[in-house]
Amino acid sequence: MASSLTIEGVSAGYGAVRVLEDVSVSVGAGQTVALLGTNGNGKSTLMKCVMGMVRPFAGRITAEIDGTRHELVGRSTEAIVDLGIAFVPEGRRLFPRLTVTENLMLGAFRKTARAAIARNLDFCFETFPRLKERRGQLAGSMSGGEQQMLALGRALMSAPRILLIDEPSVGLAPVLVRRTIDKIKELKDGFQLTVLMAEQNFTQAIRIADRGYVIVHGQIAFEGGSAEELNNNELIRKFYLGL
Amino acid sequence: MRGKHFLLAAVAVAALVFGAARLVNNGYVFFAGYVVLQYVVLATAWNILGGYTGYVNFGTAGFFALAAYTTVALEKLTPLPLPVVMLAGGLVSGLLGLGMGYLTLRLRGAFFSIATLAMAVVAQTFMVNWSFVGGSSGAFAIRPPRTALFGIDYIQYLFLLMLGLAVLVIVVARLIERSRLGDGFAAIRDDELAAEASGVPTLRLKLLATALSGAFMGMAGAPLPYYVTYLDPPSAFSLAYAANTIAMPLIGGTASWPGPLVGALLIATMQQVATVTISSAVNLLIVGLMLVAFVIAAPYGIIGWFGIGRPDRRRGRKRAVPKLRERDA
Repeated sequence: MASSLTIEGVSAGYGAVRVLEDVSVSVGAGQTVALLGTNGNGKSTLMKCVMGMVRPFAGRITAEIDGTRHELVGRSTEAIVDLGIAFVPEGRRLFPRLTVTENLMLGAFRKTARAAIARNLDFCFETFPRLKERRGQLAGSMSGGEQQMLALGRALMSAPRILLIDEPSVGLAPVLVRRTIDKIKELKDGFQLTVLMAEQNFTQAIRIADRGYVIVHGQIAFEGGSAEELNNNELIRKFYLGL
Repeated sequence: MRGKHFLLAAVAVAALVFGAARLVNNGYVFFAGYVVLQYVVLATAWNILGGYTGYVNFGTAGFFALAAYTTVALEKLTPLPLPVVMLAGGLVSGLLGLGMGYLTLRLRGAFFSIATLAMAVVAQTFMVNWSFVGGSSGAFAIRPPRTALFGIDYIQYLFLLMLGLAVLVIVVARLIERSRLGDGFAAIRDDELAAEASGVPTLRLKLLATALSGAFMGMAGAPLPYYVTYLDPPSAFSLAYAANTIAMPLIGGTASWPGPLVGALLIATMQQVATVTISSAVNLLIVGLMLVAFVIAAPYGIIGWFGIGRPDRRRGRKRAVPKLRERDA
């Protein structure tokens, strides 16, 4: 059974600064939804709201996981991870002084995840053979692409149903961006995940996204039901691609 | 080495130390040794928070002295055996750690450190104004010449208690390092946001670290009134405790339990020798100079020379040094 995520009328910010204004986003079961927008428009803040790292002023965030509905606002981050929602933060944010294996093990810190730790570790190494080769190496000494793979692997260690990925392309060479995006698609299919992905790289993100939202100054400026719709949208051409 | 074997080995070493100290047959050995052991406990306790989770605590004197004053207060209320008093002091300082953690752990880096320093100042002001425990004029604690049970010389008894505490804190620190808890602490130290995103309950672990660290500092401080026999706020809350306790793990190495142990043994012994041969006034100078020297000569502490806790030499294999600079800055 697949899982879905619904964000309704969320407003959030930091102190007096309002970043998000009445944002509604829905990620249907088994979908990949892209959250598009340039820097400083609130993509990361929205993800942090879902993960309980930023508490919204207003709005509701609900996740339906394997048929059960959960209200997310007010829950701690670790409780949200426990429900089956994993987060790959922007810029990978690995534990640089720990080894690849240690990084992966920390992804399964929660009790629920520890039950299946051996199976998940095997799966991670199967999906990312490079990680297996480098399992004893320090995470901080790997290349950017390998680090991104490790960040994805670490998120998968909690055996999530919903995966949130914040800017997977940041700091990667163009060829690696393409490979990473392909990998996300592969993982989504293999794990039957529901994916919400924030991305600046419009052309890459749209390759695997079923739907997309364009976020401008903390508000949803456009909602595209398909990749084509997004591609041909006037707003995107103007604001985003600068055409 | 398994946990049980390590405990046995630690107890054996402690027994040897005590036996050797008795062989010297000079009361001063116990007076000096007590201070060295006290710093072993303080440095190891500090490292649980400072080394494992990366939160630098400048408030050692606060935790330490609060427990010492707990002893003074308890002595006025009801006579209790010293080990019980130490537990009480540990409890009070542990609670202080929990409360301080709850209020300040949203702060990171230097801001957290400043808050801990402020906490020690607040605690000192409180004690200066609390006349029940002597206020600014201080309080006397009468040290019995011998213990009621077995009739051991009291300073030897204090030495023995501190030795036992040192064994306990080292065993606990080593246990933490090898447990999932230690992994969680390391994750917080390396990248707190990522730890949170991985489901590590960061606030709970940090509170546990501050409470544990504070409790051990308190247990080290509780016998102090009987050691000095006269306790007043400026000496109990002396900044030297904070400075020494930070310098010792940094000089020894913060990554693992041998670091604070080696650092404390080295610095505290040097200070004791200097106190006798030169003057106690040079003690902080020693720490300052050593810290400068070791930051240059041993950035990973003394244990780093042996490959312990060096990111580039873990598990004995040579590896490329990871680029940590950008994030550490």
